[in-house]
Amino acid sequence: MSAWLERQQARTIKPAADVPAEDVTHQRISLYKDSPSGEVCIEEFERFAIDRLRVLKGIEDAKTKGFKGDQLQGLVIQLAEKHLKCATAEETRWKDAVSHFVLRLAYCRTEDLRRWFLQHECELFRCRFKNEMPTSQVEFMRRHSFAYEALAGEEYQGLKADLVKVPFEQVPDLVASRRVLLRGGAAYVSRHEVASLVVGHFRAGLSHSLALTARRWAASIADEEAERLTPVVLSLSERYLGPDYGDGEKGPQEVVTAAQLPALAKQSFPLCMQNMHSRLHADSHLKHFGRLELGLFLKGIGLPLEEAMKFWRAEFAPKVQGEKFDKEYAYNVRYNYAKEGKRTDYTPYSCKKIISIPVPKNEAFGCPYKTLSPADLAEQLRAMRLPQRSVEEVVAKARAGHFQLACMAEFEGRHSCICDEGINHPNQYYDESRKVLVEQQKPAEPATPAAGAAAVPGATQPKAAIGTPGIKITVAAT
Amino acid sequence: MSEEQVAKRPRTDEKGSSGTPMEQDQQEVPGPAGEGPTDRKPARKSVQDLMRPYYGLKFPYNEFCQWLSYGNDTKLPQADSNFFQRREFCFTLDGDIFVRYQSFKVAAEIHALPKLPAKIDIGPVYNVDPQRRKAYTGGASERGFLPVERELVFDIDLTDYDDVRTCGKEGHICAACWPLMAVAVEIIDASLREDFGFEHILWVFSGRRGIHCWVCDERARKLTDEQRSALAAFLSVYKGTEGGIARLALSTVSNSNHPSVERAYRVLSDAWTEHILPQQRLLADEAGWEGVLAYVKDDDVAERLRGRWAREQGRLTAGDISVERWADLESEIDKKEIIFAYAYPRLDVEVSKKMNHLLKAPFCVHPKTGKVCVPMDPSNIWAFDPEQVTTVHDLLETDKDSQDAATAEAAMEAAVGTFRRCFLNGLRAASKAGLVAKARASEGLAW
Repeated sequence: MSAWLERQQARTIKPAADVPAEDVTHQRISLYKDSPSGEVCIEEFERFAIDRLRVLKGIEDAKTKGFKGDQLQGLVIQLAEKHLKCATAEETRWKDAVSHFVLRLAYCRTEDLRRWFLQHECELFRCRFKNEMPTSQVEFMRRHSFAYEALAGEEYQGLKADLVKVPFEQVPDLVASRRVLLRGGAAYVSRHEVASLVVGHFRAGLSHSLALTARRWAASIADEEAERLTPVVLSLSERYLGPDYGDGEKGPQEVVTAAQLPALAKQSFPLCMQNMHSRLHADSHLKHFGRLELGLFLKGIGLPLEEAMKFWRAEFAPKVQGEKFDKEYAYNVRYNYAKEGKRTDYTPYSCKKIISIPVPKNEAFGCPYKTLSPADLAEQLRAMRLPQRSVEEVVAKARAGHFQLACMAEFEGRHSCICDEGINHPNQYYDESRKVLVEQQKPAEPATPAAGAAAVPGATQPKAAIGTPGIKITVAAT
Repeated sequence: MSEEQVAKRPRTDEKGSSGTPMEQDQQEVPGPAGEGPTDRKPARKSVQDLMRPYYGLKFPYNEFCQWLSYGNDTKLPQADSNFFQRREFCFTLDGDIFVRYQSFKVAAEIHALPKLPAKIDIGPVYNVDPQRRKAYTGGASERGFLPVERELVFDIDLTDYDDVRTCGKEGHICAACWPLMAVAVEIIDASLREDFGFEHILWVFSGRRGIHCWVCDERARKLTDEQRSALAAFLSVYKGTEGGIARLALSTVSNSNHPSVERAYRVLSDAWTEHILPQQRLLADEAGWEGVLAYVKDDDVAERLRGRWAREQGRLTAGDISVERWADLESEIDKKEIIFAYAYPRLDVEVSKKMNHLLKAPFCVHPKTGKVCVPMDPSNIWAFDPEQVTTVHDLLETDKDSQDAATAEAAMEAAVGTFRRCFLNGLRAASKAGLVAKARASEGLAW
């Protein structure tokens, strides 16, 4: 046991950013216990909030791309510097507090919004806390009188460990990843993991406050501020939750029909969805996760329930028809559209999720850049008429384990354009693909929206969003 | 499945075990002498037919309700007399009809139900009586009807070991694969007690091929969903199988050699050579050793062993062939990984993560096997034999005055005895002590 602990201790404590260890910690990080008092003009109210959203959104993107540890921390600190820093420490603190409380208001109203906000605020807090010097961290904990026990002398003597003892409930993330010693319900946290402890408190406090704010919002604020704040607050949360590609985001003009699917699959489906789609067609069947991944993706591109039912029924028809289909598969389809079971409006799976689901042999679901052998992958790509240079690039990236980069390279090869920000969602791939194709079909002068464009789904502009996660597209010169 | 098929099930399951009360029972079923047992089957009632009398006559409601009251059924001043009534029960009626959000004031109410269930699931304790939940939901407030506490539960099922069991698949269970469950009980039980400090832990046979665990300490019942997930993740070293290889959380610095993982490894190592390796005959044939060799990183080593084992196939050995071949594997690192991949408990973590996940109650009857979901003594888990578990047929279909009836009765009593001895007695004492302490504390405040 002590060997394990010593090894844990030996992991170097990263020296924090280059700042003097004077006691300014409380100015840079806050638990946001009290709302700021003072006047904020409505423009500032919104501008501050949008700046903070850029930070939170940036955190989400970075995590989707797989950023972790020091790399993530560095990026988050940069984001915060860029968007939240002002001329003086005083102003910075003011902006930090105001933006936090405005977003609290905007993101308190539904479970999903709260979860999103909580998750990314905690990450921001964690990175900021870890960025402090160890002495400042201790000072911060002292200032906020965190209740923890320093170990008594005879307890774990011989371990010479610099440990803090807390109930295990307080450090769930350390428990989950086994980064803590447990004994009899107590967790012994080493000093360099105290961030988890503090973040735990931060999370619990914020979670509670969000629930309270939600009640107050419903009870009074929404009515009292109906004309002034409410529209701003509502639009903040609506615009910036980030695309989950749920069907709610689609306008009516973006509806896709079952009949359009084969053509769309060829043009704009990422390889994972193409594979499932063709396997479904060949086998007249698709296993559970395939139905889920493809079904939700199709919902995300704008296939309504009736069309989805039509599509699945037709595809299954050679093998399963009539009552058997109704009984065993129609439920699935309706489930995806929140008409059955818990009636949750499920959102399409992101790349991260698709990559993380284990795929048994010979199944069509999952990320093909991960599951296919290099030879099979190359063959498929060539069959899609991808230029040889792209095929090589894609296969090399996939082989190196950079599945999303491989997907991005495929996108670039297929659409002959540059994709700057990467692929992190099959529906994002699709949307960007539609955008590029529409762009490429347009005549040289974009005078009026081309008549043909209306017929192509996904042609309309996505909702204006600052810091939109979409890909910056540069159409290659033709 | 037709009713007759249902009725057949328990019969075939019990065939293999000799000397069970059931086998003697079969001889008493009226039927033309000299004919095979299959001809006599229609005489036996189906499990479904016996559910009603079982829940009417045999189900130990007293103990059941004493448990779920946590001392609130006493006259202690701090006792919360509504506590039991805020618990959700879910009944499954014939034909897989779920009836959720049932609640009862006292045990007798369940007993007196017009429709007795095929299965009882236990849900969380809510802030209000689940039957009156409608009055608290909807409207602006989202806080109306919420679970407030629930036992921490675990579910482990042998079907999740199908890729590493050699004796059978799916619903199959036998003496060769049960050690996987026994070792799971040992490992999880030790961690819950030593790492997390829990004391009131109930282990239950799930009726066919799995086990359930109920952690009932007050602290466990109050865990949030996030904390439950964390705890489940802590206990999950096995993270699924991909391409025939198990994914294990052993690779990172913080995970390898964690005291808890080391303790599990000690338990697994013993069970491995003593039970699992020989009984599963894991290295006895090519299919078996290929599965194991997939974990050997050094291709030369794998190739050498493959060659040697193939050459020696068919040779007579003094000891168990799998155990002997296991000794041929040299690398300690590979060995550890293989043992964890094959035998570390494969938790169904979804069951443990959420407060409001339902789980089948102890003492229910499994609809397919007719076996009673009896409690198990974790300190004597290797003595538990799932094939010998009492069935509803033993309890209700035997002649009242016969030896078999007495045996079945005694088995049921023993099961209830295990429940009291290993679990309920300690829990009741602790619940009462807790309430007394609470009363003292509030008196102290009043002063």
